[in-house]
Amino acid sequence: MTATSPALELRGITKRFGDLVANDGVDFDVRGGEVHALLGENGAGKTTVMRIAYGLTQADAGEVLVHGQRIDLRSPRDAIAAGIGMVTQHFALVAPMTVAENLALGRATGLRLDLDDARRRVADAADRFGMRVDPAARVENLSVGQQQRVEILKALSRDCRVLILDEPTAVLVPGEVDALFATLRSLVADGLAVVFISHKLAEVRAISDRVSVLRRGRLVATVDGDTNERELASMMVGRPSFGVERPSDAGPELREPVLRISDLHAAGSHGLEALASVTLDVGAGEIVGVAGVSGNGQTELVDVLSGMRAPSSGSIVVGDTDLTGADPTRMMAAGIGRIPEDRHASLVGDLSVAYNLVLERLDDFRAGGRIDGRRIREHAVALIERFDIRAGPDDPVASLSGGNIQKVLLARVLSRDPRVVVVSQPTRGLDIGATEYVRSQLLERRAAGAAILLVSEDLDELLALADRLVVLYEGRIVGEMPTTGVDVDRLGMLMAGRGEAA
Amino acid sequence: MRRITVRSTPVLVILAVLLTFLITAGPIILAGANPIAAYAAYLVVPLTSQFTLLEVLVSATPILLTGAAVAIAFRAGYWNIGAEGQLLLGAIAAAGIGTMVGDLPPVLALPVMVVGGALAGAAWALVPALLRVRFGIDEVVTTLLLNPVALLLVNGLLHGPWRDPETGFPESARIAASAEFPTLIERSRLHIGFLIAIAVIGVAWYVLVRTPTGLRLRAAGLSPHGARFAGINVSRTLLGAALMSGAIAGLAGVGEVAGIQNRLTSGISPGYGYTGIVVATLGTLTMPGVALAGLFLGDLTVGASSAARSLGIPSQLGAVVQGVLLLTTIALLTQRRYRARAAAPPAAPPAAEVASG
Amino acid sequence: MIFFVDLIAATLRNATPLVYGTVGETYSERSGVLNLGIEGTMYAGAFAGFAAAWATGSPLVGLATAIVVGLAAGAIMALLTVTLGANQHVSGIGLTIGLIGLSEFVNRLIFQGGDLQRIEPMSTLNPFGGLGEIGALFDQYALTWIAFLLVVPVAWWILQRSSFGLEIRAVGENPEAADAAGVNVTRTRYLALMIGGSLMAVGGAFITLALLGSFTLDIIAGRGWVCVALVIFGRWRIGRGVIGALLFSLIFSLQFRLRILPEFSALPFELLLALPYLVVIAALALSGRNVAYPGAYLKPYRRS
Repeated sequence: MTATSPALELRGITKRFGDLVANDGVDFDVRGGEVHALLGENGAGKTTVMRIAYGLTQADAGEVLVHGQRIDLRSPRDAIAAGIGMVTQHFALVAPMTVAENLALGRATGLRLDLDDARRRVADAADRFGMRVDPAARVENLSVGQQQRVEILKALSRDCRVLILDEPTAVLVPGEVDALFATLRSLVADGLAVVFISHKLAEVRAISDRVSVLRRGRLVATVDGDTNERELASMMVGRPSFGVERPSDAGPELREPVLRISDLHAAGSHGLEALASVTLDVGAGEIVGVAGVSGNGQTELVDVLSGMRAPSSGSIVVGDTDLTGADPTRMMAAGIGRIPEDRHASLVGDLSVAYNLVLERLDDFRAGGRIDGRRIREHAVALIERFDIRAGPDDPVASLSGGNIQKVLLARVLSRDPRVVVVSQPTRGLDIGATEYVRSQLLERRAAGAAILLVSEDLDELLALADRLVVLYEGRIVGEMPTTGVDVDRLGMLMAGRGEAA
Repeated sequence: MRRITVRSTPVLVILAVLLTFLITAGPIILAGANPIAAYAAYLVVPLTSQFTLLEVLVSATPILLTGAAVAIAFRAGYWNIGAEGQLLLGAIAAAGIGTMVGDLPPVLALPVMVVGGALAGAAWALVPALLRVRFGIDEVVTTLLLNPVALLLVNGLLHGPWRDPETGFPESARIAASAEFPTLIERSRLHIGFLIAIAVIGVAWYVLVRTPTGLRLRAAGLSPHGARFAGINVSRTLLGAALMSGAIAGLAGVGEVAGIQNRLTSGISPGYGYTGIVVATLGTLTMPGVALAGLFLGDLTVGASSAARSLGIPSQLGAVVQGVLLLTTIALLTQRRYRARAAAPPAAPPAAEVASG
Repeated sequence: MIFFVDLIAATLRNATPLVYGTVGETYSERSGVLNLGIEGTMYAGAFAGFAAAWATGSPLVGLATAIVVGLAAGAIMALLTVTLGANQHVSGIGLTIGLIGLSEFVNRLIFQGGDLQRIEPMSTLNPFGGLGEIGALFDQYALTWIAFLLVVPVAWWILQRSSFGLEIRAVGENPEAADAAGVNVTRTRYLALMIGGSLMAVGGAFITLALLGSFTLDIIAGRGWVCVALVIFGRWRIGRGVIGALLFSLIFSLQFRLRILPEFSALPFELLLALPYLVVIAALALSGRNVAYPGAYLKPYRRS
């Protein structure tokens, strides 16, 4: 329409997944020549709304306008045609192919594969924006930062005028972040509109002209990029305060350690070292929170303690039992209760609630050679009552809501009175009621004397529940502190890998 | 809210059967017959005389076994496409043992042969199963490729060392009389293999549904990660299911040699192993379902040959029906959904908070 | 000398259906779909090609009919595995059972199980007939010439060098990435399966239209499964798959010639014929976890 229309505008975007409202009437716009940040905590709905703008997810309501024209987005193809490009968190690159091939993909003009054109665009981008990458390199051999550059090049080579970046810094080392920001500035100077999704205040302030804050699927406010951090933070987390909080009693000063981890090393899925000399004790009646940006070894730590991943060296001891390299059965027998972040995959979705509740210890529920269906059912009915699970014993777990699935896992673990609880992201994606319930159950276990290791990306959750915090950065514990009177600035610096500077 | 429809498994299977009849009406009309009359001939006529009724059970015997074999493996998440080869190995073992046990009374000869056939089938299943649990090598291709190898083994034996010494035909010598499966009813071909099949299905049902082992197997098949997380040894479970599957398929081969042909021939199995996949899928991988599906296909097979005589519809239509039935069943089963639980009471206002249910 | 020329000529001839089938299966699998309907598709191609040629007197009409049947078989496979997301191996087995059954059913209807019907098989072309003994090497059917000189290079070029081939490989490796790049995953997989199906059917039709000039039951006799093995043997590369087809065909042609000689009659030739299967299984076992399956092998794609 006119030059003053925003490059991209979203009106009233609403999206539900089952009974979770991911986006609730979100309005957003970005103009050419600006960086507009979308700020919010994990699960606030930032990614969902931008996946909708890129045609990867279909909205339940609302409309998308490009330069004032309403467009119909059924797939990324439509978005690309409208000049929208997106770099998702998981890169959409074909790993065994070269950079040039990835750039040429989807640009079919007849049968001809124009790799020269792709090479020209790479060279052109190197000249104009200082982004250097070898067009003949295979993507699988590139570093993560280089792969991200390929993703941006891919969007640019489609002549996009709007570039959406989903948590682009989450995977980068500090030097790469600076390079990315330099690139973004030159792109904006070139007239591009950039949407920058993040939950990191400092980065948002460093790069953005405007900031929109999303909280629990709703747009809270759109403010200038130089709004101070405190104000942004309160908009981002300004939720109704939860009634569930750790009692202020500090507990006995010298807790007897129950879980002792020493000098633990483990490899990640790609064979690289993901945990490096982690040493940590968790005492009876204590909650130790593990803080850190995701991808710094949290998943591997929980996997090792769950018996799902063998450590490469170090030791894990519960009480007097050495559990180094033990399988799930031995971990459970030693009294470790495990509630990992991927709760769906940790249950068997197509089996009933009752069976899932006893799957860890079928041998306790047998009558001779057969399973004792009556006792399994009674057991389930009792736990459903005790843990307030809104489901019948015979319902398949997959048919339950996220909160109830978490309660099934919680019931399975906590009903066995574990001495140690290893729990990760316990309330991610849950509604307020379920969140409070899960937190109160963990505190109840603390009161009962369990040693609890709580991994969470939700700082408020850690501060509300944990007695002390350790910070995990690149697989190492880089700092430790009590939660009472915590210095949030120092915590942030540690999480960002700047421990020494603090 | 998304529209939620009830698409339960039995309804979808019945729809698949009806859809198959609809699709195969084309070839029937092509053959100049009335589809309604044809289906009556296929499904009803075989049940109207004692002889054909017993023949239905005879036809069902091998596919009840291969169907159970396939269903057990599939339930564990082990895609055994090799029941055909495992059956052939069972047949080879039965023919080999059957010719050697002439001195033994049937009460010894039969169990030796049955156990030998089961072991041979399990042995044929062993290598792909080990490759899967040790190295994560996909079993679909390895089990499939061992089928032609087993057939070559049969042919190699029949053209070589086992060639009938008297006639010179590529058939093995007749097995000893004491190794022949007794018939259950006089002047019929119904042999104790049918009882073995029913017993296997019954035991498999009990194990799958009533025992911890069965529950572990189902859990491993439904969610390997979730099962492993709950402390189940998924590799061992898969290996056990694969070997059990091979053993049961081997029993089908024993039945055909000892109960029907009394010798090994290269045509001992017209694809019973593959039909087992049809039976297992149509039976939705449950043992009662396998029993029904096996009898249904047995009925169809007998119906197909009688319809060929009475209506002039080539009996090969039976195979067409099997293939179409398999395709319509898996196509419709992709539409299977859980009935979603009502999250909020009906009285709740539509704009209520995110339901906590 | 004659023996070897004859052997090589037979090797090329016998490799032809395997080459078509292997290239067709490679296309399917590179797009992320294991097509076990290959055995049935080759069978249906063999029968439909023969029946149409018999009815019209034209082998070309027969060939065209086989291609149409192959396209249809590929489309059915795509409907099941791509659109509906059904289990690929069960779909393929169902397709094979159904297509073999349907071919034999129609065969029975048309020919009533009477005497073996024959057509005039396609004639051979020999541009190098003047070369004497060696020239016999080049005495090959047009479909063999086409397979090696046209289909293999063109199929290779399309897969490795064209934008369409790039899309096929991308949807087979990482459909999410291809989708995000604007590639229509569904359409690409349909096309790959249909092209693959038509090649398989031509491979089958070669046997009836050229090699034999007649249709008999069990005419494919597991050649489809051989192709499945050859695709893995060739690690999803067309060139290596074709070399595998030639090796297998050499063994096949050799044993065929040796087993009629009395001094070799005791050799277990079946063991030789089992070699390609056993070699593939051994190769899989040796490469262990490092087998470079296409990334999206056996996985239906659903946009979340």
